[in-house]
Amino acid sequence: MSVVKLGGFTVKKHIIALVAGLGAAFAMTSMAQAKTLVYCSEGSPEGFNAAFYTAGTTFDASSRHIFNGLVKFKRGTTIVEPGLAESWDVSADGTSYTFHLRKGVKFHTTKSFTPTRDFNADDVLFSFARQWDKNHPYHKVSGGSYEYFNGMSMPDLIKGIVKVDDYTVRFDLNRPEAPFIANLGMDFASIMSAEYADKLMKAGTPEKIDLDPVGTGPFQLVMYQKDAMIRYKAFDAYWEGRAKIDNLVFSITPDASVRYQKLKAGECHVMPYPNPADLAAMRKDPQVKLLQQEGLNVGYLAYNTKKAPFTDRRVRKALNMAINKAAIIDAVFQGAGKVAKNPIPPTIWSYDESTVDDPYDPEAAKKMLAEAGVKNLKTNIWAMPVQRPYNPNARRMAELIQSDWAKVGVEAEIVSFEWGEYLKRSKAGEHDTVLLGWTGDNGDPDNFLAVLLSCDAIGGSNRAQWCDKEFESLIQKAKVVSDKAGRTEIYKQAQAVFKREAPWATIAHSVVFVPMRNEVVDFKIDPFGGFIFYGVDLK
Amino acid sequence: MFRFLIYKLALLIPTFLGVTVVAFGFIRMIPGDPIELLAGERGIDPARHHELMIQFGYDLPIWQQYLTFLGRLLQGDLGTSIITRQSVVDEFFTLFPATVELSLCAILVALLVGLPAGIIAGVKRGSMFDHFVMGGALVGYSMPIFWSGLLLIMLFSGILGWTPVSGRISAMFFFEPVTGFMLIDSLLSGEEGAFKSAASHLILPTVMLSTIPLAVIARQTRSAILEVLGEDYIRTARAKGLTPLRVIGVHALRNALIPVVTTIGLQIGVLLAGAILTETIFSWPGIGKWMVHSISRRDYPAVQGGLLMIAAIVMMVNLLVDLLYGLINPRIRHTE
Repeated sequence: MSVVKLGGFTVKKHIIALVAGLGAAFAMTSMAQAKTLVYCSEGSPEGFNAAFYTAGTTFDASSRHIFNGLVKFKRGTTIVEPGLAESWDVSADGTSYTFHLRKGVKFHTTKSFTPTRDFNADDVLFSFARQWDKNHPYHKVSGGSYEYFNGMSMPDLIKGIVKVDDYTVRFDLNRPEAPFIANLGMDFASIMSAEYADKLMKAGTPEKIDLDPVGTGPFQLVMYQKDAMIRYKAFDAYWEGRAKIDNLVFSITPDASVRYQKLKAGECHVMPYPNPADLAAMRKDPQVKLLQQEGLNVGYLAYNTKKAPFTDRRVRKALNMAINKAAIIDAVFQGAGKVAKNPIPPTIWSYDESTVDDPYDPEAAKKMLAEAGVKNLKTNIWAMPVQRPYNPNARRMAELIQSDWAKVGVEAEIVSFEWGEYLKRSKAGEHDTVLLGWTGDNGDPDNFLAVLLSCDAIGGSNRAQWCDKEFESLIQKAKVVSDKAGRTEIYKQAQAVFKREAPWATIAHSVVFVPMRNEVVDFKIDPFGGFIFYGVDLK
Repeated sequence: MFRFLIYKLALLIPTFLGVTVVAFGFIRMIPGDPIELLAGERGIDPARHHELMIQFGYDLPIWQQYLTFLGRLLQGDLGTSIITRQSVVDEFFTLFPATVELSLCAILVALLVGLPAGIIAGVKRGSMFDHFVMGGALVGYSMPIFWSGLLLIMLFSGILGWTPVSGRISAMFFFEPVTGFMLIDSLLSGEEGAFKSAASHLILPTVMLSTIPLAVIARQTRSAILEVLGEDYIRTARAKGLTPLRVIGVHALRNALIPVVTTIGLQIGVLLAGAILTETIFSWPGIGKWMVHSISRRDYPAVQGGLLMIAAIVMMVNLLVDLLYGLINPRIRHTE
């Protein structure tokens, strides 16, 4: 037996081998014990800076795990709660918001960056100034188009951002805007490291800030293999406490049927967007559980209220009464939907439960059309060429409406265009009636009512081209009231005006299904459609 | 031979120019506006739309856009993706190894199975085996990949549990890519079980992607063998008393291979086209899946750059086949 000298002690080689072996075995065991959650995501992220994009797939991979905002939404709800800001004050006139920032928040340490300081007001200033100030050195980096920031009218809204001290930031607004706080919980408002940005700018590689993200979020990016896999690890120093899982892997799987096969085979733990046809099998699968929740969305048919005969409220009401929505829920949503009676989904505060929907009554519809003097009406129904949660099959929906309308003597032709063209032409008001929908951004009723139905939105998202003075004054009033109870009352009145005037046939709110393996615990469906794994554990 | 090569290379220039026109024009002929698609239902105001059109250079007349594209191309610059803001060349070469790995495996399977099957079917014409091979080839050729791919997954991964469902390697393995070829990288990583995982992930997509080339090669080999078997020199070889194996293996096969080589060359293009569907079904991160996504998002630079790169590769392969053809059959060099 050979012997070796080790620090004055004589040790047998076999013992060293044994100890080394045990060490390796221990290391392997701890690796095996590391909790890795695999999420079969539906697509590749466009990038890792959420400010550039509008797609949920990109937010899941970036802002929802790597970054934080000043405020955030309580998990599984649309309730705004403190994030990187511990608290905030709003001035009496509603035009000034002062945020008191959280202390001791760490940024990720990566291969290319080791932070020397904690999060502070400079990071807030940098993250907003980059999007807001066209002369900011980072504004044009990586193409520099901040569509969500612009889309939420932030450039017009913000008058100035002031660093009061290292842990206090004040936003001055040009006008009072009650939904402003909710806007700051959105993905585009993720806070990035100003220190990292400075370092990269000095090194002449500023674009790396969007490729190798450094945030304060619960997970940090380890590697992205394009179109294949994204790998994250739990951030040990996360300010809310370390995630319960150690590693998070996004396995990019675009086909829904394949995702289900992977879930069954144990190749992933959670999958998004199941095929409605697979739901029955999933319910029977003993290894899979199926969570469900009403989505924060609405699918609707908008009448072009600038074109006769849709200028007449009676015609719109009559056509609403001719549509059998229950049949649509069965045929198009295969049960995974709920009839919509309001323009906002039930998961949003101020939803008016007392609204009475237009009944399905073809005879009454015929009578009302006759009263309006409409005979042998020939019109069109525009059907979207894409699938969306609020409308999984627009063509089929259009066919059902077409057949319903035929029963009341209305002849409708179904029209469709390529998606970009569809959006452009419907904005311009070329349609008679158009199928479309909306998924909420920030859980605020304003995000539905003002975005989709205000006078300003004509030529934009207001596909009904509808401008009603009473409705408009209500939603403008709600913007400047900061008390929630007061706003709720105003929005209920607005919903009543909407129902009376019927610029849309509200069709459905989808029900979101999330299939997952039984070992996944504490997963909560995000009303915004996100897939968030902080707080989730594996049994 | 040198003159033949120069002649072939000279022919490539106008072809390549033609391809640039097609690649540039193709995506612009499809209706749809990349900026509208970028904004989605949320929409974009006309002023911002115009600003972005200027930023991307889409406000210029089409011929000017084409000349800019051509000018950049000459400097080796295929532009930057509108969506990911990454260089198109970088994106292409990140994804290309995955497609090459899959295509090589598929063509290898197609050759190893298709050639012998075609030879035996040709020699034993009218036999049960011949009918079986030709029937199988017809089925392989006509099955839609979307359908058969899902069936394969359901059977072998879902019910039998023999193969993984999709992807290139199990999510449990983690190493930095070195070559981009997963089989090689998994070996280099030294992680136990990584190579086995990578190889098992290749099985179903390879089977799927090889069906069409396999069917074509088997049919082509069979008819080439049948044609050659009727030739005088085969009768002479048989009359000399050579063994059937030598008659087929040396005399018949060498001559029958000439059209088969051309077919194999043409199959490279078919493989790349087939990869689009196979990669989508099997979540294979290659250029096929990338192209589909880029087309649906109207990512002009990615689509035109990707098409150009694919066309250039197919042209190079065809050139190689032409050269190989010239080597196998010296008459070709003189007649062209």
